[in-house]
Amino acid sequence: MFFKRNASEKLDDALLQRNMKNLKFKFVDGRARAIAEIEVWEAIRTHAAALRDRTLANLDAYLVEFERNATRRGAKVHWAETAEEACRIAVGIAQANGVRKVAKSKSMVSEEVNLNDRLEEAGIGVIETDLGEYILQLAKEPPSHIVAPAIHKSKEQVADLFVEAHHRPRSTDIPALTREAREALREHFLAADMGITGANFVIAETGTTLTVTNEGNADMVTTLPRIHCVITGIEKVIPALEDFATLIRLLPRSAIGQTIANYLTLTTGVKGAGDLDGPEQTHIILVDAGRTRFVGTDMQAMLRCIRCGACMNHCPVYQNVGGHAYGWVYPGPMGSVLTPVYVGIENAGDLPNAATFCGECQVVCPVKIPLPDLMRKLREKQFETRQRPFAERLSLKTWAFMARRPRLYAAFTRIASRVGAWMGGREKLIHRLPGIDGWTKGRDMPAPAGKTFRELYRERTR
Amino acid sequence: MSARDNILARIRKAQGRTGAEPTAAELELVRANIAQRAGGPIPAIGRASDLVLQFRHECDRVGTTHGEVASREAVPGEVRRYLDAIAVEPRVLVWHELAGLDWSAAGIAIDDRPAQATDRTSITTCFCAIAETGTVLLLSSPAAPKATALLPETHVCIVAKSRIVPNMEAAFALLRAERGEPPRATWFVSGASRTADIEQTLVVGAHGPYRVHVILVP
Repeated sequence: MFFKRNASEKLDDALLQRNMKNLKFKFVDGRARAIAEIEVWEAIRTHAAALRDRTLANLDAYLVEFERNATRRGAKVHWAETAEEACRIAVGIAQANGVRKVAKSKSMVSEEVNLNDRLEEAGIGVIETDLGEYILQLAKEPPSHIVAPAIHKSKEQVADLFVEAHHRPRSTDIPALTREAREALREHFLAADMGITGANFVIAETGTTLTVTNEGNADMVTTLPRIHCVITGIEKVIPALEDFATLIRLLPRSAIGQTIANYLTLTTGVKGAGDLDGPEQTHIILVDAGRTRFVGTDMQAMLRCIRCGACMNHCPVYQNVGGHAYGWVYPGPMGSVLTPVYVGIENAGDLPNAATFCGECQVVCPVKIPLPDLMRKLREKQFETRQRPFAERLSLKTWAFMARRPRLYAAFTRIASRVGAWMGGREKLIHRLPGIDGWTKGRDMPAPAGKTFRELYRERTR
Repeated sequence: MSARDNILARIRKAQGRTGAEPTAAELELVRANIAQRAGGPIPAIGRASDLVLQFRHECDRVGTTHGEVASREAVPGEVRRYLDAIAVEPRVLVWHELAGLDWSAAGIAIDDRPAQATDRTSITTCFCAIAETGTVLLLSSPAAPKATALLPETHVCIVAKSRIVPNMEAAFALLRAERGEPPRATWFVSGASRTADIEQTLVVGAHGPYRVHVILVP
């Protein structure tokens, strides 16, 4: 039950609470403005969801077609069933080529498989080049947001980290900090032997992998080092270039309210004959690590995810506790579905319950993933396999017993409604509920009206 | 069994298909789907009637400045005016195809070579431009190394007005028609490099150029 504990800590963390308070205005309002100018927004969402579903229905064939085209263009495609295997392949490529230094652009899959630690254990230097990831690498912390990884850090915290790393005078001016990182990282780009990126999508038609960034760091990483290694999930395959054109109308708008990201970087194959830059070798690692557990199940829709982060930006739970409370790389509603399936539901017990079921995540999801439904399915599984606390199971069972007996239910709710109204008193608020005072400790429950819905309905239709 | 075989087999089993690999018929179906290139709905901003106007408007929104000249020969003069306006020295790194323009008449020194870390300004052309988002599409080739457009702080991109297409779908259609396939580096630039990773405060000039300036030519 780590989420409950983490969440309480995060709610008491005054600095985190201050750092998180802008989230709502920048990302939520930004998205609302950005989608307002697209009159066919809903139609694009519907098209994109169907496009992702169609691809997933023939996932194996699309992957084989991608592999064929990528190979034809000179890339080497690797397959990894597990996180360990993905790391072993990446470390192996580095070692076989005498790589001393790796420059990375942001990759959530590499976070998922813990690639940096494996590379460092093998004596290979790794530098994160996305500004947010670089800050976290210095702080030795995991990301707390999939798009804005260091969203939980203040500029003062960043300034302290930079003083320690760069030994320059301390500044809390954000443009100055950004410039300082640019200068520090430029040397690494130029010195790296291998660049590692994720892929927002891979295109079956052309064997292309692509990244979407604002910083241009993925462009550096895919252009300057002599080896380019892509690590990405098997669900990222899309059929044709045109499908990217559709999805890119959704992604930056949903993520941060931009009409377009500054750099859309498509890389195909290796440096051509006579090319002055680009890598001599391109390796693409297609990672399963739990993804096939969704295929063909009633939870397959989760694989449509294009990693925009809108579900967490709009989640009232995420907005209050931040990403670290979720305990793994994918926070927010998408994480509450992915993590239990990737790492085992028994290891992620309260995540499907870390939701108010307000439904906002589903409303904003650009590919219409029914996130609350998927969390509900996970809750059902937990209930059926007796993974929820005894008291909760007993109360659900009791409720189910009554709900199937309408007369009994009516009688009980008549009493409960009256007792509840009496408990609420003149304020109509219940401050303490015997038995579940953990819930009422931090909040009041509005008292019931004193009559049940059925009673009121009968009165009004008489 | 390799990891590849296991992953493919797991997918097939989960989908109720037999066999270890996609069948010829399934691959045929997938290729037919790909060949359909069934793009999605295109919003009004991607169907503008005045492409140049829409392109300029979107450039303004992404922070790309723009100028226009009557001919390709007039480009060096416009580059000089722009560099003077931003107080940057008149020395530029160019893609080879631009080396033949009369730069010295405009008082500009050029470097026709691969990019170096100390280069401050670069000039490139583009394959085409997209009106919907104020985007330029660049393709790498032996004469068009990517680092030229990436390392310097200022990137000037020459855009032929006749090469402005309404949307990304049209850009891909043009790419297929003229080049067949995307080259190693195929990249869309919409404004200068930027980041908002510290306190969600937007700062222009993260790793790539601080400024992108477009010069429209006929």
